[in-house]
Amino acid sequence: MHAPSSPAAISISGLTKTYASGLTALNDINLDIRPGEIFALLGPNGAGKTTLINLICGIVKPGTGSVLINGHDIQAEYRTTRSLIGLVPQELSTDAFETVWDTVRFSRGLFGKPPNPAYIEKTLRALSLWDKRKSKIKELSGGMKRRVLIAKALSHEPKILFLDEPTAGVDVELRRDMWEMVRKLRADGVTIILTTHYIEEAEDMADRIGVILKGKIILVEEKAALMAKLGKKQLSLQLQVKLDALPPELDGTGIALSADGHELVYTFDAHADDTGIAALLKRLGDLGIDFKDLQTRQSSLEDIFVSLVHAQ
Amino acid sequence: MNVYGIRAIYRFEMARMFRTLLQSLVTPVLTTSLYFIVFGSAIGSRMTEIDGVAYAAFIVPGLIMLSLLTESIFNASFGIYMPKFSGTVYELLSAPLSPLEIIIGYVGAAATKSLILGVVILVTARLFVPFEIEHPFVMLAFLVLTALSFCLFGFAIGVWADGFERLQIIPMMIVMPLTFLGGSFYSISMLPEFWQKVSLFNPVVYLVNGFRWSFFGVADVAVGVSLGITIGFMALCIAIIWWMFRTGYKLKS
Ligand SMILES: Nc1ncnc2c1ncn2[C@@H]1O[C@H](COP(=O)(O)OP(=O)(O)OP(=O)(O)O)[C@@H](O)[C@H]1O
Ligand SMILES: [Mg+2]
Repeated sequence: MHAPSSPAAISISGLTKTYASGLTALNDINLDIRPGEIFALLGPNGAGKTTLINLICGIVKPGTGSVLINGHDIQAEYRTTRSLIGLVPQELSTDAFETVWDTVRFSRGLFGKPPNPAYIEKTLRALSLWDKRKSKIKELSGGMKRRVLIAKALSHEPKILFLDEPTAGVDVELRRDMWEMVRKLRADGVTIILTTHYIEEAEDMADRIGVILKGKIILVEEKAALMAKLGKKQLSLQLQVKLDALPPELDGTGIALSADGHELVYTFDAHADDTGIAALLKRLGDLGIDFKDLQTRQSSLEDIFVSLVHAQ
Repeated sequence: MNVYGIRAIYRFEMARMFRTLLQSLVTPVLTTSLYFIVFGSAIGSRMTEIDGVAYAAFIVPGLIMLSLLTESIFNASFGIYMPKFSGTVYELLSAPLSPLEIIIGYVGAAATKSLILGVVILVTARLFVPFEIEHPFVMLAFLVLTALSFCLFGFAIGVWADGFERLQIIPMMIVMPLTFLGGSFYSISMLPEFWQKVSLFNPVVYLVNGFRWSFFGVADVAVGVSLGITIGFMALCIAIIWWMFRTGYKLKS
């Protein structure tokens, strides 16, 4: 946990949000985001990720409960909190006739910062938008527009950055650039909250992971701890000779035969003192089952996530 | 006060105006010229003077008001409707701006544009008809007040509208008829007594007459009443917009 002297970058307590339709999109959320961390918020469609972000940013009406940004209330002290926050929204909403340069300059002004062409130039260059600075936004491709939204979000040098599915519909190169940029921002002390459906991204990038489901936070963990706690390993053995059925001697050992009969799969707890691999291999040798190759695989966050969602 | 924020909105809106400068100015100028050719020259030459003012000159204040009202509503409503429509309003809502600052930016820019337009029409009119302005400062005050009031009104319409039709409906269905029936092209004293009484419920009558008084020193209603009603309308619009922002009406869900 963080030291009391440095308040949480974001502190959410008892936050509930019900839309006018009667739908409760957030249900008693309690969550602290630490300064300088990358926090990945995962959850299926409609879980409430965007609602949570938009509420903190002031785009949807507040609910009940409180949200503090660096200790400042998002309603009572909205000027302070909003100048600290940058948002890259999920939807690609941009102007059409403005140039890239003008729209980024506009954003900086909107957030109350004096003009700083050098900073805007740096931002545009970092996002490979410098050559496009005089282009009208409507002339840009979708990926380029996404970059423009990022440049706008960074234009006022925010301390907290929300990325709401920043990589949806983005090619590999931009994705790589984007993560590189996120890492740089983190190195500069920016707190980053991202949502994504690509779990490998959360796995790569995040320090901590939260899972939201039907408006409730069902899990918040250090990524490493989460992987260790829920991580299972699988050993697959490719057989020399196809088996028609699992030999009865192997029943109850936790091993399974693949449908095509060419592979044996053994699932084990990677953190147990005795994984049982040695005993298993010896047993196979005794039975005369030869294999030509073997792999082990760590279960991914995706597996963990899917099992969590299904457990609910 | 987030002065940089206000300036950003104002500049953005003015840039939008300059991109469409041609249609913003040429259309009203053309329309006004047509009115002068048809009403001023063709019909006006057969008309007698009204209250000692030549007919062609008599319609000048009304014509300026007509353009001012429609353009103010159109510009201000479009200014806030577009971001709602395109989704870029997220940025406005997430920025450290108070409702007042947002309104100053949008309404200030729209009113600036209306004033430029008013002056351009005035100059165009002067090319067709000779007239003098008796009370230039009162004239300017009415111009500014009307531009501001109807830009505020337009802003409220822009927040309220969820489609392009709605954006058009109030200007077309309410403001245009009220303006035409508001004594822009005639003195209400020319109407039968019953319709004179009815006209007094039309707020545009007060606008046009106050404005006309500043030109010629003659009007159907007292200038103080005109001024009072204009300011009252402005206060009403401010109250509506204040309520919209306070409740997040049509801006936040
Ligand atoms: N403006 C709105 N009015 C009413 N209900 C809404 C509104 N916006 C979202 N919702 C509902 O709130 C719930 C949460 O939506 P939200 O957009 O926060 O989900 P999400 O986790 O971001 O999903 P996704 O992964 O699809 O982006 C959904 O059931 C959605 O239908
Ligand atoms: Mg979402």
